[in-house]
Amino acid sequence: MKTLLICEYREGKLLESSYELVAFADKLGAEKAMVLIGKEAEVPKVNGKLYLADVAKYGEYKPDLHKKIVLEAVKKEDPDAIVFLHSSYGWDLAPRVAAALKAGQVSEIVSINEGKFEVGLCNAKLRRTVTPQTGKMVLTIQAGAFNVAGDPQGKAQIEKIDLPDAVSPLEFVGYEPAQKKEVDLARAEVVVSAGRGVGKKENVAIIAALAKALGGELGASRPVVDAGWVEHSRQVGTTGQIVAPKLYVACGISGAIQHVAGMKKSEFVVAINKDKDAPIGEVADVLVVADVMQFVPALTAMLQK
Amino acid sequence: MKILVCIKQVPDMASRFKVNGDGTWYDETDLAFRMNEYDEYAVEQAVQLKEQQGSTPDITVLSIGPDRVGEMIKKAMAMGCDRGVHIQDKDSFRKDPWQIASAIAGFARDKKFDLIFFGMQSQDRGSGQVGAMVAEILGIACATTVVGFAFADGVVTAKRELEGGIRAVVKLKLPALITCQLGLNTPRYPTLPNIMKAKKKELLALPIADFLKEKELVATASAYPPAKKGTGLVLEGDVNDMVGKLVGILKEKTKVVK
Repeated sequence: MKTLLICEYREGKLLESSYELVAFADKLGAEKAMVLIGKEAEVPKVNGKLYLADVAKYGEYKPDLHKKIVLEAVKKEDPDAIVFLHSSYGWDLAPRVAAALKAGQVSEIVSINEGKFEVGLCNAKLRRTVTPQTGKMVLTIQAGAFNVAGDPQGKAQIEKIDLPDAVSPLEFVGYEPAQKKEVDLARAEVVVSAGRGVGKKENVAIIAALAKALGGELGASRPVVDAGWVEHSRQVGTTGQIVAPKLYVACGISGAIQHVAGMKKSEFVVAINKDKDAPIGEVADVLVVADVMQFVPALTAMLQK
Repeated sequence: MKILVCIKQVPDMASRFKVNGDGTWYDETDLAFRMNEYDEYAVEQAVQLKEQQGSTPDITVLSIGPDRVGEMIKKAMAMGCDRGVHIQDKDSFRKDPWQIASAIAGFARDKKFDLIFFGMQSQDRGSGQVGAMVAEILGIACATTVVGFAFADGVVTAKRELEGGIRAVVKLKLPALITCQLGLNTPRYPTLPNIMKAKKKELLALPIADFLKEKELVATASAYPPAKKGTGLVLEGDVNDMVGKLVGILKEKTKVVK
């Protein structure tokens, strides 16, 4: 099998997550070539062909042009699989490439199960294995699902791609920085997070009290932040903060993929959930099957003794 | 201005899911269905745009699925969409994203929509493919994962949400397609008078065969519950007993509780 790996580049730098594509290709035992819309000083340290298009001309986010560059590399390389990260860049670009090639696309692959691609269904409460029916396939892989071993040390063989026509129907204006972080959860030894299961905004104080009793910080899942119960700077997950504390306590959090990706490197995970089958149980060292509003105050009281 | 909003009906994600009889999807028995959460933001954004434009835009809301999706289309009309299109398909869950996108593009192709709104992904399948594929098939500009939307002088200014909370600001000329991320706006609840009004709005039912000409590109081999990690301990029973056990475990296994 031959893979074409679409690397990511943002704010003048190659994104480290690009190496996860390499880990995925290695896991498949596949040959690999790469595509980067970036610059020569920032190419991945990987042996193999790298198709490089100049970011000064094609922008960091001009998906119609990036699609054309990927298609040009596909023409030259004739890969079996074109692989993206399931990221804001990859999930945006992959379907455009798939539709243009009329290639079957598999989104957010979490593992390879007996040679088939495994993906989540219903917030990862079920799983599916899927099989593309087309000669070429487009794949996106879950962030963090394929781990990179060791420091990269290869040297890419660069071939430049330049298109005669570089008009984008979409104008990329620039970036807006993330909201200023009031708290750096990444530094906290303990993070206690509130999920939708806490029920209402007033109950967040009960979760915050447990965080305080454990000498830690309050975190939250996305729905709680979107509902305005907790400020965005405390959101744990792919669009919030990635944390790896000594102790992570998930209170009423079902364990959506995007949340788990932000906390699964925690040393010890306690989940409190009334649903024994909640996917958070997959990453929990201890799953307490209980109503959060009954269990958490009792735990806080015990710790304060 | 003509606007299309594409919505999907999905089960309540707090449900317990079982695998269906042929082992390829979830079993629908006992599940409560509702509008896909991301799509609520799409409907709301379309309705807000209509209000800002002095009510001149005409909003069509479209869904593909079995009879039960009719109720959800009526909800979208009660939120402010002008007309509904139900593309009838009892087996829509068996269609892959390419087929769904092709059917929607087949419907939209000759209708000259200026703006098309989607949710960025569905809560059940979660492929995040259909919106961008429709844009690609129709050959129109597209921005996905949008958390900020403004429209002026024929140009959409959209903010895309990137990892770590950074946003990319982009401008698109019409016609354009937007896929909506959670938090883009605050979806409204339909009021009783609007629910009554929605009952009088046009709801067109059309068979999927009129629009779907494509075969599937990706097949499901099997669906199954995730393997349990096996290492985790499960505590059940009396709250005070569990508190005592958990504190003991934390003292033993972490340096955090002494």
